[in-house]
Amino acid sequence: MGGALDHTATFRQEAADLLVQLEGALLDLADRPGDRDLVDTVFRALHTLKGSGAMFGFDALASFAHDMESAFDCVRNGKLAVGAELVNLTLAALDHIRALVDSPGTADQVRGDVLRASFRELTGTGFRAESRGDAPASTGGLRDGEDRTAATYRIRFRPGREVMRFGTNPLLLLDELRGLGRCAVTAITDDIPPLEDLDPTACYAAWDILLTSGRPQAEIEDVFIFVADQAALKIEVVLDPAEESAAKRVGEILVERGDIATEALADTLDKQERLGNLLVREGKVSPSLVKSALVEQRHLNRVAQGRPGAPSSAATGIRVPAERLDALMDQVGELVIAHARLAQAASAGEDMGLKSVAEEIGRLASGLRDTTMGIRMLPIGTLFGKFRRVVHDLSIELGKTVELTMSGEETELDKTVIENLNDPLIHLIRNAVDHGIEDAETRAARGKPPAGSVHLAAVHSGAQVLITISDDGGGMDGAAIRAKAEERGLLAPGQEASESELFALVFQPGFSTSQRVTGVSGRGVGMDVVKRAIDALRGTIDIASTPEQGSVITCRLPLTLAIIDGLLVRVGGNRYVIPLSAIEECVELTPGQDQRSGGRSFLNIRDAIVPFLRLRALFNDGGTAERFQKVVIVASGEERVGLVVDQVVGQYQTVIKSLSKLHREVREFSGATILGDGTVALILDVPHIVAFAQKREERLKAAGIASPVGEQE
Amino acid sequence: MPKMPASSATDPVAEAGGAPLLILTLGLRDEIFAVETERVHEVLDLPHVTDVPNSRSFVTGLINVRGKVVPVADLRARFGMEKGVATPTTRIVVMDVLIDGEPTLVGALADKVYGVTEVAAASLEEAPRVGMTWRSEFVRAIGKRGDEFIIIIDIDRVFASEETAYVGPSSDSPESPRPAV
Repeated sequence: MGGALDHTATFRQEAADLLVQLEGALLDLADRPGDRDLVDTVFRALHTLKGSGAMFGFDALASFAHDMESAFDCVRNGKLAVGAELVNLTLAALDHIRALVDSPGTADQVRGDVLRASFRELTGTGFRAESRGDAPASTGGLRDGEDRTAATYRIRFRPGREVMRFGTNPLLLLDELRGLGRCAVTAITDDIPPLEDLDPTACYAAWDILLTSGRPQAEIEDVFIFVADQAALKIEVVLDPAEESAAKRVGEILVERGDIATEALADTLDKQERLGNLLVREGKVSPSLVKSALVEQRHLNRVAQGRPGAPSSAATGIRVPAERLDALMDQVGELVIAHARLAQAASAGEDMGLKSVAEEIGRLASGLRDTTMGIRMLPIGTLFGKFRRVVHDLSIELGKTVELTMSGEETELDKTVIENLNDPLIHLIRNAVDHGIEDAETRAARGKPPAGSVHLAAVHSGAQVLITISDDGGGMDGAAIRAKAEERGLLAPGQEASESELFALVFQPGFSTSQRVTGVSGRGVGMDVVKRAIDALRGTIDIASTPEQGSVITCRLPLTLAIIDGLLVRVGGNRYVIPLSAIEECVELTPGQDQRSGGRSFLNIRDAIVPFLRLRALFNDGGTAERFQKVVIVASGEERVGLVVDQVVGQYQTVIKSLSKLHREVREFSGATILGDGTVALILDVPHIVAFAQKREERLKAAGIASPVGEQE
Repeated sequence: MPKMPASSATDPVAEAGGAPLLILTLGLRDEIFAVETERVHEVLDLPHVTDVPNSRSFVTGLINVRGKVVPVADLRARFGMEKGVATPTTRIVVMDVLIDGEPTLVGALADKVYGVTEVAAASLEEAPRVGMTWRSEFVRAIGKRGDEFIIIIDIDRVFASEETAYVGPSSDSPESPRPAV
């Protein structure tokens, strides 16, 4: 990548962040028009956008942002009130800015001009704003009187004995100094005599003051102008702390060279007596002078930390291209596999040394895996934030008042999961606003508040994250769904169907009960796409709905797609991995049970009936079943199902590799993994396996043959 | 790498009329097929192949190629030949295939792999519409080398995902047993 290109890319990234920030602040502003902090945030973001845009040659953007900035300057000065008009105009303008950032050449000039004209109309001072040149926004978080050129002065103030007799109060002078900048004052009290010798009108104290201020030295000297004759005053500029700290201490150098460990150095330093204590004991300096020097040290440290340019709390993270993270994850995956091989090789031999190294590497690999997965975790708030705009725009488009509330924005999910959640969630939210929330009259008739509410929540639940979208709208019409399903032949007339089964029908392709088709939804395209997207993330989706009360849609998603814990099982000559999160227990299939299982096979697990499937039959494995088969009980949705396998090999940490497109029609496996011995094992997709078996059983039943899946062969 | 029979010695017939095509020749039953070398990653001895139950009949397995899970396709099944039996000369040719525009690593089973050879561009001919037992859309060209014909495969089409492209004469039902590999 070329240097120039790189900078442009950096700017684009930065601009994208700023736009997100702006959008959030604007939407907040729509709710709280009087919030000055928000206005400032918007103003600052626009100013930064303008400044860095101009710096990187995005001139159209810079001048466009300038007009927006002017409008918000008027808001800051109280000349313009924040209203829906300004917010919506600014949101539209942000979209234009996005276009300007992405492709400055092809952005719609006319649209930009219209927007600019609207802004100038709002401010009513187009030409004046144009001539304003630079705006006074400060980018740093500095206090007044303390700017980038601030220096630290060491002021040694030794007033004469008689200074108080002349009517000067030294404490007032100190207060005055405090007004000039950040101040650290130490009183030197060494000269104060014993009480019997003390002259109450004399001033015995002296002060060492450290002052960090942007004011010139002359101004500091002016403070002391009236006592200059009766006091010894020394003002000097202290070395720039950044430069001062550049000179390293011996200990630091030793550590850097690797000659001594940090811990060892710290131990020794603890034993070392503080220089100050040493000097005081030997009578070289007085304790208060040492104290003054210590105050100076602390003050300088504080100044150095608060210095602009030094990393502030907001900039502790670093930006890493996503591909590098993906590559890192891949390599960690390889490492986990390689470790599994090493562990297998080590356990086969008698070499204790090798075994302990294998164990050590295993510990490191799993630590590395957790850290890497942690890096890939993003708070779901990054995604939720976008939906505020969606709801805002939708409610205008549809003429409904809708409030979007959120909770659990800090819940973390794998980057890939978050990326792939965007489209399905937008769809669900659109549905909730369009179909769910009723129009104002209906709401009034039902005694609901005029503003509809949509709540988006994320919460951790074991190794899964639950995302719920709930609305207080009309709910889903079970009867309408049934009618539609019967019309389309998905349901036989009068066929029993539970509520959740009915609702699940909307995930069928092309299924829509909406009487009208809007630009937003109702075409029946979508819910099936949502379902498929959630399935692809190995998640599940459920609908609950109460007529006239609203609907709740729950998506359950795995925390990560990359690595899972699995149980390795063997069926015939092949080995398979069953995700551990789906497994409830393993039991033995006694020959008796095996023989007894007739037309349908059930197990009795603590007085609960659990049907079981023979994976051997499901996978068309020709061989005969082994004598001591095991049943792995898995939970799929609300159903528990047993999977009959030949052998349970053991627990296994699995790096999921997706299957290629050549195997996309194979739905029983969610992926594959590489085992310790280098062979490939397939990972069972439990919900699909159960669905597959059910379908097959139905087909066989229809053909009048008893199920060979459940039944003995 | 497999042993190269004497007949496969490189025989550059590079003549005027276009750059010669570099191909890897392989045997399926008693025919010589070939793929362009630039698509080939490596040739492997037959490793342990993991069966994928209920998969399409010609991509029945998975192998581990340097930490990647790679599907294994039986070219014989794709070309409508009867299933082969693994022999000591059976190899897997790992190559890059575009599936729906996405580069995918695929392993193709071959009864034999002869070696790399050059064929003159001028000697390449289009596949005849008749006179072939296999489907002409899978054949990119027919090359001649001495008296032998070499069938150069269009591997992207062979792995094209549309099921419509798959109506091989001996195509078997998806629930038939795995090939014996």
